[in-house]
Formats: sequence, C-alpha cells, structure tokens
Amino acid sequence: MSTVLTQSINLLAAILLMLAFAMLSQRRVLSLIHLFTLQGATLALSTAIVGVATHQPHLYFSAALTLLLKVILIPLLLHRVIDRLNVRWDVETLINIPTTLLAGIVLVIFSFYLAQPIAQMSLTITRGTLGIALASVLLSFMMMITRSKAVPQVIGFLAMENGLFFAATAATYGMPMVVELGIALDVLVGILILGVFLFHIREQFDSMDIRHLEKLKED
Amino acid sequence: MPLDCILLVVAAWLLIGIFGVLVLHRLRLVARLMFPAGGLAGLLLAAAAAWSLTFPPASVILPIGLPTLPFHFRLDSLAAFFLLILGAVSAGVSFFAAGYFRSGEGTPPGLLCLEYHVFLASMALVLLADDAYGFMVMWETMALSSFFLVIANHRLGEIRRAGYLYLLMAHVGAMAILLCFGVLQANTGDYTFANLRAQHLSPFAASLAFLLATAGFGAKGGLLPLHVWLPEAHPAAPSPASALMSGIMLKTAVYGLLRVTFDFLHTPLWWWGLLLLALGLASALAGVVFAAVQVDMKRLLAYSSIENLGLVFAGTGLAVLFAAYDMRPMAALALTAVLYHVASHACFKSLLFVATGAVLHATRERSLGKLGGLIRYMPWVAWITLLGALTSAGLPPLGGFVSEWLLLQSFLFTPGLPNAFLNMLVPVVAALIALVTALAGYTMVKFFGVIFLGQPREEKLSQAHDAGYWERIGMLWLAAGCLVLGLFPVQVLALLDAVTRPLVGASLATQAGPWLLAPIDPARASYGPVLFLLGVSGCVATTFLLVRWRYHGRLQRVPPWNCGYPWRNARMQDTAEGFGQPIRQIFEPFFRMERDLPDAFDATPHYRVSVSDPLWHWLYLPIARTVERLARLAGQLQQGRIAIYLLYSFLTLIAVLLVVRQ
Amino acid sequence: MNTGLLSQLLEVLLALWLAPLLTGWVNQWRAWLQNKSAPSLLQPYRKLHKLFHKEPVLAEHASPFYRMAPYLVFGAMALACAIIPSLSTDLPLSPAADAIALVGLFALARVFLSLAAMDVGTAFGTLGARRDMLIGFLAEPALLMVLFCASLLSQSTSLTTIVDQFAHRQFAIHPSLALAGVAFILVSLAENARIPVDNPATHLELTMVHEALLLEYSGRHLALLEWAASLKLFAYACAGLALFFPWGVADARSPEVLLLALPVLMGKLAVSGALLALLESVSAKMRIFRVPEFLASAFLLAVMGMLINILLGA
Repeated sequence: MSTVLTQSINLLAAILLMLAFAMLSQRRVLSLIHLFTLQGATLALSTAIVGVATHQPHLYFSAALTLLLKVILIPLLLHRVIDRLNVRWDVETLINIPTTLLAGIVLVIFSFYLAQPIAQMSLTITRGTLGIALASVLLSFMMMITRSKAVPQVIGFLAMENGLFFAATAATYGMPMVVELGIALDVLVGILILGVFLFHIREQFDSMDIRHLEKLKED
Repeated sequence: MPLDCILLVVAAWLLIGIFGVLVLHRLRLVARLMFPAGGLAGLLLAAAAAWSLTFPPASVILPIGLPTLPFHFRLDSLAAFFLLILGAVSAGVSFFAAGYFRSGEGTPPGLLCLEYHVFLASMALVLLADDAYGFMVMWETMALSSFFLVIANHRLGEIRRAGYLYLLMAHVGAMAILLCFGVLQANTGDYTFANLRAQHLSPFAASLAFLLATAGFGAKGGLLPLHVWLPEAHPAAPSPASALMSGIMLKTAVYGLLRVTFDFLHTPLWWWGLLLLALGLASALAGVVFAAVQVDMKRLLAYSSIENLGLVFAGTGLAVLFAAYDMRPMAALALTAVLYHVASHACFKSLLFVATGAVLHATRERSLGKLGGLIRYMPWVAWITLLGALTSAGLPPLGGFVSEWLLLQSFLFTPGLPNAFLNMLVPVVAALIALVTALAGYTMVKFFGVIFLGQPREEKLSQAHDAGYWERIGMLWLAAGCLVLGLFPVQVLALLDAVTRPLVGASLATQAGPWLLAPIDPARASYGPVLFLLGVSGCVATTFLLVRWRYHGRLQRVPPWNCGYPWRNARMQDTAEGFGQPIRQIFEPFFRMERDLPDAFDATPHYRVSVSDPLWHWLYLPIARTVERLARLAGQLQQGRIAIYLLYSFLTLIAVLLVVRQ
Repeated sequence: MNTGLLSQLLEVLLALWLAPLLTGWVNQWRAWLQNKSAPSLLQPYRKLHKLFHKEPVLAEHASPFYRMAPYLVFGAMALACAIIPSLSTDLPLSPAADAIALVGLFALARVFLSLAAMDVGTAFGTLGARRDMLIGFLAEPALLMVLFCASLLSQSTSLTTIVDQFAHRQFAIHPSLALAGVAFILVSLAENARIPVDNPATHLELTMVHEALLLEYSGRHLALLEWAASLKLFAYACAGLALFFPWGVADARSPEVLLLALPVLMGKLAVSGALLALLESVSAKMRIFRVPEFLASAFLLAVMGMLINILLGA
C-alpha cells in the first residue's frame, strides 16, 4: 500500500516538473493560468497523499488550504485581472523556446545534483522528490526572467511559491501550521497588491509590457 | 613474422613512390601500374595485420635514422588493428586512384605517386613506431606528404591558403605531442615507448600529459576548437588524397590518443573522460550541423568527418570514465564501439570522398547547387554511393549502425557509475548522440539526393560519364567493407577482442552464436543484422512477387505531374541551400550568417547567404591579430644596417658566454 | 519453438490485415467527432484494392530507385510490425532487432521515402522530403529516448524483454514512464503525419508533408505506400500499448493466452484509435516552424523521464 502511495507521490512530482516546463514554453496568458491551476491541484493532491502515507493530519489542512487558495481563489482573481486588463487572449513573443528549454534541462540537472546530498540525509519517504521541487522553483524563476509581460511574471512568482511549498513537504512533511497560514496570507496579499500594481502600470503606460518600467530610471 | 611482412610492404610503397618520380610525366604507366601495385601492397598489409592480431607483440630495431638513435618498431594488437584499416582502405583508394588521376592537374602524376605512397608508408610507420623519436619523425613526414597532396592543385590561391592553414595546425598539434612525450618520459631521458610505459607518473604529470595528448591528437583529429583546418584542407586535396586523409589519417589521431591514454597512462582520472566526452560531443554536434548547411560536396563530407571523429572521441571519453572507475567490461564495450566506428568511418568516408571525385571528374562541378540527377548518367557511382551514404547515416543493417548501437548500449549501462553527477549527465549525452546520428541522416539525404536524384540542374550534366573500371573496383571494395562491417559484427568483434583486452583488461562476452550480436547478455540487448537484412529483403521480395502475381506489372511513363503546375524546370527543385534552411533556422546561434535579402520590388533580385564558423571569428582571428602585432614589434629589430645586426650577434655571444660561465 | 513461429506469423499477418482497419476506424471517428457522416470502416481496403488494380503512371525520368522505394518502405514497416510484441513476447525474429534497431528501421524507411520523393525532381517532392527529414531528425532521437526510459527500468533494450517484464511485474507507478508516455504520444503524432504536425487529409500542397512525398506516386506504388503508412500507425499504436499498457500479451510460458491476446489487443487498439481521432479533432495544425518546438518538447520530456528515473530510481 505505502509503496503505491510513494510511487504516486513521485508521479505527481514528475507531473509538477512537467507543468513547470510547460509553463516555461507557454505563450498564451490564458493557458498559463490553466497550467497554474493544474499545478495547484497537483500540489494539493500530493500534499494530501503525503498526509495519508505518513499519518500526519495537519497535512490535510494544508492540502485543503492549497486547494482553496491556489486552485480556486487565485485563479479566479487572475481571471478577473486578465478580463479587466483585457489581456485574456494575449500571446507573448518568446524568442527561441528550444534554447530556453535546454537551459531548463541544465537547471534540472543542477538541482538534482544539488539535492542529492540533502536527500540522502533526509529520512522522509518523499526525499527523492526534493530535487524535483528545487528544479521547479528554479524553472519558475527562469520563467520570470524570460517574460516581459507583467501577468506571466506574476504567475511565475506564484509558481515559484508552489515549488517552495512542495519542497517543504518533500523535505520535512510540511511547515508548522502557523508558518503555512502566514505564507498563505502573504501570497494572497501579494497577489492583491500585484493586481493593484498591474492596473497602475496599465494606467501609466497603456501597456502591460514591463520593459516600460525601464523609463522610470533616472538618467 | 607479420612485422617483417608489414615492413616489406612499407618498403614496397617507398619503392613505388621513387619509381614514380623516375617516370615523372608518364601518366598511363603511373596510373595503371604504380597505383594498382600500391593497392595490392595495401591488401598484403591488411592480411599481415589481420594475421598478427593473434600473435603476441613483436618488436624490431632498425639502425636507420641518426647513428645513436635507431628506430624502434613494435607491432601489437592496437597497431595491428589500425594497420588493418590502413591496408584495406588504402587498397580501395589506390585502385580508385588508378583510374582517377588525369594529366594537366597541377602536380605531375609521378610526383603525386611519390607523395601518395610516402604518405601511406609514413602512416604505417606512425602506427608501428615504438619510440617517441621515430614517432615524431613519421608524424611529421605524414603531415608534410599530406600537405603536398593538399596543394597538388597549387595554382589556385585558396588551395594554397588551405594548405598553409593545414601545415600550421599540424605543427601546433605536433608541438603538443612532442611536449606530451616530454612529460611522459619523466626526466629519464629515454624516449622509447617501453620506457614511457614503465613510468608511473604523479596525477598532476599524468593529467598534463593527457591534456597535451588531447590537444595534439585532437588537432589532427578535428576536435573542437582545433578543427578549422579540416574543412579547408580536405576539399582542397584531390579526391583519393582526401579519402586517405579523412578515412585513415584522422584515425592515427585516435590511435595516438588511445596509445597514450590506455597504454602509457595506467590510471586514468574520471575528469579526463568527462573532458573528452564534452569536447567530442561538441565537435560531433557542431560538425553535423555545419555539414547540413554546406553547399560544397567535399566540405560537407569534411564536416561530417568532424562529426564522426567527435563521436569517436566521445566514446573514448566514456571508455576512460569506465576505466577510471575500474569497470573493465564496460570500458571494453565503449572501446569496442570506438574501434568499430573507426573502422566503419574509414570505409564509408573514403568511399564517399572517392565518389565525389568521380562526380567531380564527370561534371567538373563541386557545388551541390549545380548538380542533380546523376543517377541516370552515372548509375554505378550513384548506387555504390548510396550504400556509403546509408552507412554514414547510421542506418541498419550497415556498418555505421553497429557502432552507433554499441555506443548507445554502453551509455545505457552507465547508470552504474558511482558518481551521481555523471549519472545525471548520461541521459543528456545519450540524447545528444541520438540527435547527432539523426542529423547525420538528414545530411546524407541532402548529400545523396541533391547530387544524384532529381533533375540535372545544369545542361552540361547530361554529358556526365560513369566511372571507369578501376574506379568501380576501388569503390566496390570500399562498399564491401561497409557491408561486411554491417552484416558480420560478431566476427569483427572477435577480432577486436584481441585489441581491447590488452588495453582495458576485459573482453566482451559474446555467446549468442555467430548471427546475433549480444555484447553483454542476449536478454539485455541483441542485434542480428543478417537476420534483419533477411527479414527486410524477405518482406520486400514477398510483397513484390505477390503484387506481380495477384495484380499486374504494367507501367506507363508520362511527364511528372507536379500538382498540375505546367511551368516547371530543374531550378524549381530544392537547392542545397534550401535543404539546409531548416537547420540554419533551428540552429541559428551556431552560425555566423551573412545574408543579403532582396526586397519585394527588386527587378533583378539577388539572394545571398554565407554561413561561417563563429569560432573562426572569436578565436582564430584574434589570435592571428595578436601574433601579427607581436611580429611587428619583433620587426622593429630589423634596421637594415649591418653594424646593428653585428651588434645583436655580439650581444647574444656575450649573453651565451655568461650563461656558460655559470 | 513452434508456438513462437506461429505467433510470429500470426503477428505479421494480423498487422497486414488489421492496419488498414485501424486507419479506417480512426477516420470514422474523426468524421463522427466533426459531425460528418463517416465513411465505411472498410474504405481503406477498397482504396488499396482499387489502387493495386490501376496502372501506375510514372514520371518519364524516374530512376529505378523510385520504383524500388515503395517495396522497401513497405517491407521495413512489415518487419517493424513483426518485431513489436503486440500479441506475444515469444517472437523468433525479435532478437534480430532491439529497440535501437526498431528506431533504425523507421529511419531507414523515412530516408528511402524522402530520397524517392527527391528523385522525380519536382518542387513539391523536394519540399516534402526536406520537411519530412526535418520532422524525422527530431522525432527519431525523441522516440529513442522514450524507449530508453523503458530500457532503464527493465535493464534491457530488447523489446520482448521489456514488455515481458512490464507485463509480469507487480503493479507499480513509474513517474518516468508517465513522462515518456506523453513524449511518445507527441512523437507518434509527428511520425504518423497527424494533426497538429501534418494533416493526413489535406489537399493543400503548401502545407502537406507526408502527402507531398507521395505526390507523384500512383497505382500499386501508391497502394504500397498508403498501406505502409497504415502499418506505421499500427506499429506505433502497438508499440505504445505494449510499453505502457502491456497487460494481456502472451509469452512463451503460456501460449494459450495468445487466443485471449487478440481480442484484448483489438479492444486496446479500438480505444486508442478513438482517442487519436479525438486528439486530432481538438487541436489545430501548427506552422512548420512550430514543429521543431513541438518535437523538442517531446525530446525534452523523454530526457526528463530518464533523469527522473535516475533520480528516483524508479
């Protein structure tokens, strides 16, 4: 029984990584939000399974929290934002996706290499997935670097938080409840602030391209 | 005994060369007598080398050369294997050359005959040499004789330029090799290979020797970033010479590297393997990507040689990795793959080069954009070349596929390495090798399709004539090599076992019978090329007969349909540039491209694209400029007044005397 | 040995007869999903029969190579179907070609078809050849990597050993196989000239890839190539089913399962055919220069599968 659970956690980890790559190469804003929602759902499911496998009831709460926040609330907010900003059908011009993906592979190898000694110290059943969690954090970071529009960057930020959350689950069966609630609140507040921020960018520059922010620099 | 035979063959080659000089301008005599004789000597060499694989190493000391420095020669299985390739491939090329050389092409035929046979003899002696002195003398002879072959058509400026570039790189490489031997002898002053073998170097000295060897032999073998001479020199030489250079001379670099790494340095370090693997893969990828966008058929083949040698070096790197972790059977597998690829590359690349020679003679055209449809005018050349191209593309059941198969197998077994980081790299490396092989297929479809298929792109091509009998014999012999290597890997592996066992101390267990290649265990992996060929040809024959029997064999010849488009001509076919366009677009960061695109309203539109190697601009031109600047500084010493020159000499004399005093 | 020969023969014949049926099935589902009235399930057979009877019309300067290629492509595909363990893992031909050789076999067919398309020397033929090789040089390594994912799990590149092990081990979820599975679907879409890479039903010259290769072929040659395309689809479907859903395949120890294996295979093929049609109906065709990205992601997924395999040891 528990081997199947462990294997399904590994499977979900792999799916998480796949989603991180998909986000890296996705051009459409709308699809990005869908991918993000899917990532949240995977995260919630994997947290719940870790909870079942290790009999840690507090993980159920964090799974439920993840589900509420990252699958329902934030995507709803994001949908509202792109509707209001009228960027629902926006397509970003990404240069040379294969190169980005290759760099992604290098990142994955790097983070696997990095996680190997940590994973060997850890005793959790999920220790193998630490490398994957680290890789998804770095990939989301890279996604933020390669984007020039504001909304995809926000999504990259949120995806990075997802990766961190997964890393916490993988390494130590999740953070203490207080910390987790705090982070959840932070993310929620963060997205609200970013939402306001987006509208301001839009008002100021009449575009969502954050390259305009370069003009704010004083010469 | 076999050693005597081989030395005799070398002597025969030298004699043939000298005789060629005596009848300098008698083309028919040189071509019809000298070259076939050289080819027969090559066959003899191959036979003797194959025979010696079963013998223990033999050595002999010949008192030629300097009075106190006799040449040591030694014939062991590694040398024998490379000699076997040398003999067998040079035989085919020599037979081809018998029908190839024409009068009025720069160098007189007798001189070409001398250069050609000295080149062959020096390669044989490089493989036999058993002391650093003899090795370097022969290595330089090999470089010089091939240099003269490259500039055979020395009236063209670009050919002279290619020749000088080649000479320069050859000497940079030779310098590194000389220094490598210097490190290897560890201050004993004894440069015989027996002594080098006996030394146990510190890890630092060993690493230094390895790096020098990689640089020196890499320069000869076209390893990135020392490959720039290769695509210039190989196309410049007459086709048989290009065939020898690409097919055999590049392999002496592999020989040297194997000799130093596995024979002289006893305990390889793992990062050597990683370095070789990385450099080899980079060369392979760069080579194949550049090959795919070339428009000159011989340059295309030259880049493809860089690719293949890159794969060979990558495989060597893997063997070093395994050896460093003391995984002997795995090292034997990787090394077998390397040697197999060396053999099959020697066969198919020399075949393809001589084929371009035949095309060149028939059409006087080297540019792919002006060829096409030659399968109708030169069926012999076309069909034999097809075999070579398919081998080069790594398709079963031919020779190139077996080495690819062995190489991929050795990668699949790598996860046993006790280094987590290396294990992570393995899938990526295997993926790159698969990508390189697939791109080689792309390149070969372009090569064969544009030259031989389609409609002739120029009027004059319909006058093209097929190759003569001598040329056909040479090409058939080389094609037979591709086939034998493809169909009988088990028997070839049995021969290779004698080579790998002394080097890595393990042999492959092949117990699945004579028709099934199963290097580890039949349940893990097996490949039976003969069965495979029978399967395909059985299916083809059955289908053919059934279709004929059940239906009919009628046929109607009409003009091509072409979607009903009436104005079509040969120029509407894809050109070589067009065929390379997807690769140019996908691998854009690899190239340095200069494009002139016409705008839409141009009445006389011109489209021009030139692709060059960015390394040339980033690495070589800056170096050249620095050297030039330094030379100008040194040039300030030149004053033109005798008194000042005498002063220089005087000062030098004083300085030397001071040094001697201490 | 006798059961081995029997299952080998059965597999080849079955592939030859069932392949057009699978194509017909997919076409039927495509029509249904697009609200059209579907052609008969047997339509591909009728087409083949018609084409075989017709007199081939050959370009006047086509070389013998051009006439040889259809037979070779067909033979290669038939052999591919023979070595993929779709019904049984007890195949005498299987040791002759492992996973790497299977990829080589597909490559062989592709190279011959592309060269044949260049032979007549029309603009569309060479265009098709170039595009087909473009798809191939990315799809082949990706397919190889997918197969290597399975090889790493079973420590073997022999297809029969892989399937044997997968079919008879206790149930386990392998994340690497999930990634490889997705990559495999992408590769099969590209290799079989399906939407979103290529449209098998297109008649627009500038967008076609596989059809452009066959443009000048007619009569029995075209029939053989169409049949070979069906066989290729069949072979990919069987390979995918054997790797990812290996249950119900017979082996040497229990030849009587062979009787059961056939209906199971038919069922699996029916489902996957319908899913293929669904996949094709919900996606749109890509521009040709999006295809390298599409295949690069397949390649990448397969490599990631191998990486995860090494990381998680499963």
